[in-house]
Amino acid sequence: MTFSRRQTLLLALGASAAAVLPFRASAAVEDAIAEFTGGATPGEGGITLTAPEIAENGNTVPIEVSAPGAAAIALFAAGNPTPGVATFNFGPLAGAHMASTRIRLAGTQDIVAVARMADGSFVQARQEVKVTIGGCGG
Amino acid sequence: MKETMLKSAVCGMALLALPLTASAQEAELVINGEIEVTTEAPAADHMDYIRTVRSGWTFRTGETQALQMDDFDNPGMLYVEQAMSVWNTAEGEAGESCASCHGAPEDMADVRPTLPKWNEEAGEVWTAEMYINDCRENRMQAEAWDWNSQPMRNMTALLSSVSRGMPIDVQIDGPARETWELGKEIYYTRYGQLELSCANCHEDNYDNLIRADHLSQGQSNGFPTYRLKNANIVSLHNRFRGCIRDTRGEPFALGSPEFIALELYVASRGLGLDVEGPAVRN
Amino acid sequence: MAENVTPRVRVPRDASAGEVITIKTLISHPMESGQRRDGDGNQIPRSIINRFTCDFNGENVLDATFEPAISTNPFLEFQATVPESGTFVFTWYDDDGSVYTEEKEIAVS
Repeated sequence: MTFSRRQTLLLALGASAAAVLPFRASAAVEDAIAEFTGGATPGEGGITLTAPEIAENGNTVPIEVSAPGAAAIALFAAGNPTPGVATFNFGPLAGAHMASTRIRLAGTQDIVAVARMADGSFVQARQEVKVTIGGCGG
Repeated sequence: MKETMLKSAVCGMALLALPLTASAQEAELVINGEIEVTTEAPAADHMDYIRTVRSGWTFRTGETQALQMDDFDNPGMLYVEQAMSVWNTAEGEAGESCASCHGAPEDMADVRPTLPKWNEEAGEVWTAEMYINDCRENRMQAEAWDWNSQPMRNMTALLSSVSRGMPIDVQIDGPARETWELGKEIYYTRYGQLELSCANCHEDNYDNLIRADHLSQGQSNGFPTYRLKNANIVSLHNRFRGCIRDTRGEPFALGSPEFIALELYVASRGLGLDVEGPAVRN
Repeated sequence: MAENVTPRVRVPRDASAGEVITIKTLISHPMESGQRRDGDGNQIPRSIINRFTCDFNGENVLDATFEPAISTNPFLEFQATVPESGTFVFTWYDDDGSVYTEEKEIAVS
C-alpha cells in the first residue's frame, strides 16, 4: 500500500504521539523575573519549591513555596501563555514565609519561585513539572 | 481511507505497561481522620475475571489522593455545600424544601449505597437523578433538573457525601436482573471506530497506561466525582458518554435505558468497596 | 459576573499566645483565564480573583496577588502568628470589582 505524503506525516505524528506534552518555555519568564528582582540575578539556596514530578492534570497542580526570612515570594510558570502565577507578600503577622496553592500548567515546563529576602537580595528555585494528557473520558 | 489513517495513528498509541514515576501514594483512605473507606476488596461472585476490586482512588498519584482525604481540601465538597443550601430552601408550588420531608441529608445515608435500584411503582431501575426529579416534580411541584445541570450534580454529590464509608449495596437479582444483564452486555460490547469495550480497558488493562492515563478498573463508587480536568463535579453518565465518544462511537444519551443498565452493572462490579463520592479524580 | 462565589476558611478555634497556626482558605470561583474561546470562537474575557489579603486585628498576615494560572476554586494555605485573641479578616478581590470577605475569631490563652 503506498502512502501519500499527508498519510505518512499523520502516521508519524500518530506513532510519536507523546504521552507527555512537549516541553514548553518562553523568554517572557526571564523578563517577568527581572521585573520582580529589578534586574538583579537571583542566587540559589534558602528557598524550597515543592511540586509533583508528574502532574495528574494540568488544571490543578498542588505546589508549595517556602523561604524562611523572605519578604515576598513570586511564582512563575515558564511555559504558560503568561508566566506570572502569584506573588505572596508576607505581613508582620506571617507565621512562616510559605504558601501552598493549586496552579494551572499549560504543558510540561519549569516552574520558578523567586524570593525577595528581608535584606533585599533574591534567591530562586526551579523545578520541571511533567504535565500529562489523559487517554480518555468524559 | 480515513479509517485506515485513524487505525494507523492509533497503533502508535500503544498500551504501555510502564508506570510513570509519581510521588508516593497513600496506603489507606481515611477522610477527615474519621471516615474509613474500603478501597480494595475481594471481588463479588459474579465477576469472572477480576479477583480484587480496587477503587479509582488507588490508581491516582499521591497528590490527587491527598485532596480527597480532607473535606476542606476536596474541591468537590464546595458543590456539596451549594447543594446543602438548596436542600434547605423551599422551592416549587408546594412550598416545600428537601428538608421539609427528608430532614437532614445525613438521615438519607442509606440511599446512595443501594442506587441504582428497582422502583416497583415505575417498573424500572431508577438512579439518584430520577428519584430527585420525581420528588421535585410530583411532591414539590417544582421543575425537574436536567441530568447534567449544576444543581443536579451538586445534589447527587450531597447525597453521596453522607454515605461515604458505607459499603456498596446494589441488588442485581429479582426484578432488576434483566436490567443488570443488559448492562453487562453493554460492558462487554465493543463500540466505535476504535472498537473498544469497557472491559478492554477496565478489566483487561487496568493498571496499565493508555497514553499517559493510568487506567483504573472503572469503578463507580466515587461518583459523582470532582474531576481535575473539568474542575467541577462530573456525573457517571457523563463519564460513560465521554468514554464511548473517545472510542469514536455514538454515545448513548444521559439517562438513557442503556446507561441506566450500565450504571447498575458497573455499580455491582464495585460490591465490596465503599461509597466514596464526591471523589477526586484526574 | 461570577455566580455562587462562596469563601471558606479553616482557622483553629484557639491557640496559645505567639503560636504559629496554619490557615486554609478556599473560594468557589471559575477563575476564567481569558485564554478560552466560546462556541463561536470568541475569546471569553478574563475574570478572576486577582488579590487575597489576610489581616488579624488590623495587622497584615498575607497579601497575595493571583494571576489566571491559579486554578479554579482558588485554594491557599499559609501560616500566621497569633499574639492575642482577635479576629482574622479574609478578603478576596474580583476583576469585576466585587469584594468577598470572611471573618473568623480565635481565642488565645
